[in-house]
Amino acid sequence: MSKNAIMAGLAVFVIAALFPIWFNFGGTEAAPEPELSAKAKAAGKCVLDKYDMRANHMSLLDEWRDSVVRDADRKYNAANGKQFQMSLSTGENSCLGCHEDKEKFCDKCHTYASVDPYCWECHTTPKEINQ
Amino acid sequence: MKKSRRSFLKVAGVSALGIGVAPAIKAVAASSAHAAAEATKTKNPEALTAKRWGMVIDTNKLNDEVAAKIVEACRKTHNVPDFHHEPDPEKFPKNRPVNQKQEVKWIWEEHFHNAFPDKEDEFLAEKFKNLPFLVTCNHCKNAPCVQACPTQATFKRDDGIVLMDFHRCIGCRFCMAACPFGSRSFNFRDPRPFIDEVNPDFPTRTKGVVEKCNLCAERLAKGLQPACVEVSEGAITVGDLEDPNSEVRALLNEKYSIRRKQELGTEPSVYYIM
Repeated sequence: MSKNAIMAGLAVFVIAALFPIWFNFGGTEAAPEPELSAKAKAAGKCVLDKYDMRANHMSLLDEWRDSVVRDADRKYNAANGKQFQMSLSTGENSCLGCHEDKEKFCDKCHTYASVDPYCWECHTTPKEINQ
Repeated sequence: MKKSRRSFLKVAGVSALGIGVAPAIKAVAASSAHAAAEATKTKNPEALTAKRWGMVIDTNKLNDEVAAKIVEACRKTHNVPDFHHEPDPEKFPKNRPVNQKQEVKWIWEEHFHNAFPDKEDEFLAEKFKNLPFLVTCNHCKNAPCVQACPTQATFKRDDGIVLMDFHRCIGCRFCMAACPFGSRSFNFRDPRPFIDEVNPDFPTRTKGVVEKCNLCAERLAKGLQPACVEVSEGAITVGDLEDPNSEVRALLNEKYSIRRKQELGTEPSVYYIM
């Protein structure tokens, strides 16, 4: 009798433990590609190279915000010889100054990866304002 | 195909050599590329600098009209919310009703007896009783808010500007308790519904952070004078207090000036010419 109960309990446990695996099985979609705006395409070069940027843009932004707010250093002379304004959302040569469409460039991947950065609670995109 | 032990060892030896050497070559290549250019961070060349920023407000040039213009300019530049009206219900349907006590202040008008409680006088000159005194963050030399802040979200820059790092503020409001001038405001709610026209050049704030005047640090960094100075018709001057040849020092030499609550020893950097 107790053997049956144990087996039933075990079965329930295994199913529950493996639920996340089989729930997501087969339903995977390909990771989205961020869409480059015409401006970004024309510029050709970003702050770091493409793969470095993909992996490390969050640490770069973190470094930038400290530098701007706390040291008032606002210009970034990148290793590739280009100059950037250390600003997320405003002006020429800033992040959104080039990657104009936040939805197509940032949100696409962030949504896919369930990453919800709180940058946009304070920073605004020009597009958002015009809505 | 049959392989002899001899040919297998030959191939294995060559591939082992390859595996060993490739990372070394890569490392050498990377280090030479690294040496070629290193990313640096610098200030804008046109940025305005000072040893200690200070502000001189000439009360003789202030009237209601100019004061209102200054407050408005500051508001617009820094997306300071205006809690004087209900926001558009279509755009922000789930908004709680306005509460005036949640007001956010950067630079605002005050009566003489509130701005200078220690200098209150029964027979004070009539003109001071009606003048709109503009008060703001004093960017004190010994800023009590900086000492009170547990996360160093409020800090004093080397050039004397007391700044907020909104990214670090945890909303504990110790700084508000420490500030003897009431110059700090807390965001009890998302300020965006109360900003008529969002200025994209400056971030709005979010619920749960403290904010205050930043002496237009972001404009000084671009080589521009603070927004209040630009519209003040000469009533406000901002400059280097420690430079004896600066405009602010010339003004202070020429005329009698007072500061707010000087007896507290915070050494405010805002002077009022009487």
